[in-house]
Amino acid sequence: MVSTMSNPASDIFDAWWGWPPPVLDPAGPYADSVVVLAWALIGMGVVVTGIVVAALYVAIKGPERWRARLGGEKAVWIGGIAFPGVVLTGLLVWGLTLTASLTEPVPEDAMRVRVTGYMWWFGVEYLDEDGDVVMRDANELHVPVGRPVVVELFSEDVIHSFWVPNLSGKEDMIPGRTNELVIQADSPGRYGGVCAEYCGGPHALMGFVAVAHEPADWNAWLAGRRTARPVAADQDVPGEVPAILPAVEQTGGTNLAGRQLFMDSGCAACHRVEGTEANGLVGPDLSHVGSRLTLGAGILPNNRGTMIGWIGNSQAIKPGNRMPSYDMLSAEELEAIAIWLEQQR
Amino acid sequence: MNTLQYRPRLAAAALLCLALTACKEPPGARYVPDPEDTKRGLAAIERTGCAACHEIPGIDWPRGQIGPSLEGFNNAGLIAAALPNTPENLALFVRNAPAAKPGSTMPAMPLTEEESRDVAAYLYGLDDE
Repeated sequence: MVSTMSNPASDIFDAWWGWPPPVLDPAGPYADSVVVLAWALIGMGVVVTGIVVAALYVAIKGPERWRARLGGEKAVWIGGIAFPGVVLTGLLVWGLTLTASLTEPVPEDAMRVRVTGYMWWFGVEYLDEDGDVVMRDANELHVPVGRPVVVELFSEDVIHSFWVPNLSGKEDMIPGRTNELVIQADSPGRYGGVCAEYCGGPHALMGFVAVAHEPADWNAWLAGRRTARPVAADQDVPGEVPAILPAVEQTGGTNLAGRQLFMDSGCAACHRVEGTEANGLVGPDLSHVGSRLTLGAGILPNNRGTMIGWIGNSQAIKPGNRMPSYDMLSAEELEAIAIWLEQQR
Repeated sequence: MNTLQYRPRLAAAALLCLALTACKEPPGARYVPDPEDTKRGLAAIERTGCAACHEIPGIDWPRGQIGPSLEGFNNAGLIAAALPNTPENLALFVRNAPAAKPGSTMPAMPLTEEESRDVAAYLYGLDDE
């Protein structure tokens, strides 16, 4: 079982330590075959360990005749060469064939997304049929239930590995190369993911969350993302206010101040917020950060308190991450920025 | 012989110790929360991410620094230097700090009233040793 939507302590910890272990708890066809392989390997491990322990017992305590036989040339040929040779070759061929089948052939009706590894977060881009980016997000991927999703995997710096254990095996993200992985969720839910290749510093806090919706819910989610841009209320450039966009509910009177502070504090140098002058590409895209389930790449729940804590002192939470702690801002300023970011849905 | 000379000092020290212990009840005696409540409280704290800003005993990660540490909370003085340190006030504060203490720098947190009581129970149930 995956954690319920309303009650997760942290997605990254669910991915590692959830119970039953997500790696043995498949939620889709691409994870199913990985789990079969995992159980086969666990089973073989148990059998081989059993044989070795039994042989040890015989070698130490067994009757003279058995011990002689165990130490003979025939035992070495059979137990030392023939048996492992056949078993390991068989497992290797089967394992490689099975893992290759995870990406080939690519399903016809698949949705496509691009996930890019950065130190230490995941960039997410939703692609249309032509491969053009229709929406950017970070550290979170929403998919419809029952539909295969091809994930194009890139890296912008070092080698990372994309792994949502409930949905598929892991696949490396390699600089200068595109790898493809197919995932599919067969039941709605929230599935934790991690970077599974050590990538320096706070690698252990580089998490991800995949959310599977029923197709109708997913369509509603997508439609909501496309229209909820809160530009009209706080856009202070005359003549550039898109008329079609509804204002998002205002929380307190600090909205304009929050936007201004975000721009003045240099946040925009690294972060992009659609519909504003914030156009930085070095850090996670914040166009939809208010509706995200987590902050800090799958590690914190997203609420006003954690947003303030993250902006004000991200280095205490995720030491070594590339966002400096903005502890030069006052509590009021941090809250104003947090409120403005909450409205970016 | 020497021991005789020091007796008055010993007596004075013992008296001072007695006087000091009388100043305040042991913290544990003030409020003993239900273990079930404290268990739910810890779960609520983890789910809400309180530790993003506060160092909280029992939570290894994160150990936020931007807010005050909650080590030894049941032995602290006023809540946020403003409210009498009672479980009721603490529950009110962790759920809606700006309402409990106007001008508070801690924002309202997504906790139900019951969860906020559990969180208060957890913070009071912390072992001082």
